[in-house]
Amino acid sequence: MSAAEIRERVAAVLDPELPMVTIADLGILRAVEVDGGAATVRITPTYAGCPAMEAIADDIVAALAPMPVRVEVVLAPAWTTDWITAAGRAALDAAGIAPPGPVAQVSLELAVRCPNCGSLETRELSRFSSTACKALRVCTTCREPFDQVKPL
Amino acid sequence: MPSTRCEDGPDAGTAGAAASDRIYLLGLADDALIASHRLSEWVARAPDLEEDIALANIALDLLGQARMLLGYAGELTDPVLTEDDLAYLRPADEFRNAVLVERPNGDFAVTIVRLLLLAAYQYELYAGLRTAADARLAAIAAKSVKEVAYHRDHARLWTLRLGSGTAESRRRMETALAAEWPWFCALLGDDRADRSCRHWVAEVLGTATLELPEDRVATPSGRDGVHTPDLDAILAEMREVTAAHPGATW
Ligand SMILES: [Zn+2]
Repeated sequence: MSAAEIRERVAAVLDPELPMVTIADLGILRAVEVDGGAATVRITPTYAGCPAMEAIADDIVAALAPMPVRVEVVLAPAWTTDWITAAGRAALDAAGIAPPGPVAQVSLELAVRCPNCGSLETRELSRFSSTACKALRVCTTCREPFDQVKPL
Repeated sequence: MPSTRCEDGPDAGTAGAAASDRIYLLGLADDALIASHRLSEWVARAPDLEEDIALANIALDLLGQARMLLGYAGELTDPVLTEDDLAYLRPADEFRNAVLVERPNGDFAVTIVRLLLLAAYQYELYAGLRTAADARLAAIAAKSVKEVAYHRDHARLWTLRLGSGTAESRRRMETALAAEWPWFCALLGDDRADRSCRHWVAEVLGTATLELPEDRVATPSGRDGVHTPDLDAILAEMREVTAAHPGATW
């Protein structure tokens, strides 16, 4: 495998909890280093308690098999939703999950667009949803509840 | 779990510094670990489904923070220990968590008051530690502070709702505040982080039309390894599986 192909394969690994987004588009893939016949891959958790890190590490190893791979978890700099790429945001939206707004330096509430009907009239039901990285919202126009990846 | 490292590498310093850093890390780690376990006791029992999920998510965040901190503290231990060694095999009198978080759950108001006080405390602490000379601790703090900000705000919103809600919700919040405040005072000193923590809590209580309790310091604080029997009980429960199947992995 060429170094470019190795990077491509790792980048294409899907996040187990947001399987419509690759780990590269989610911004949790930090580095892929190739040294001779082995690779070192660095990933960072979205949340400290993210239970998917071990599954992601296994998927990276499987994506490069039989090449020996070392997966390292790095904490700094801390992941932010600002690292989710435009492609990642589009994939979330297409799957009915509202992408996060920019991380606000000052406290301000930005309108979250309903991924179902496009209305900006939505409100938060719960700051915490099915996974640590999501909030639960409801659209006041079409009445559909939906998840949002919340800014972090 | 894949190995965790900081991009700048840990800086354990001299052996003496490592020992005191280790005790400090254990305080932070044990607060998160024990609070996580108490919060997870609410799963399937919270007032509504959204709150059930919220408390479970907060518990998971705290567990993740505890794992990062215990992993680091374990590396500073001679001989080196794993996060599991520290969580499952360490004697109760080596736990450094605040007594604030170890006592049994009461009603929902007690949990909200404890979360408000703990998250306010952790928020200031982690915010300050982001610029710590120890790069590994700074990285853990920078990660944790963003999560704790959500916990703190969650507790704040509930405090506002319950404090200015019904006569019953208000009565419960007042009872919980009176009971928890001395354990909160036991944690605080007079440095800048502690002062701004107090200030933030006082502001929230003011907005919630709840009276600021009078300062009284409960003992023990928990930081010196002296605890209530409630810690033994929660550790016994947490360790039921590892005690029945020592060394088992899954
Ligand atoms: Zn809609």
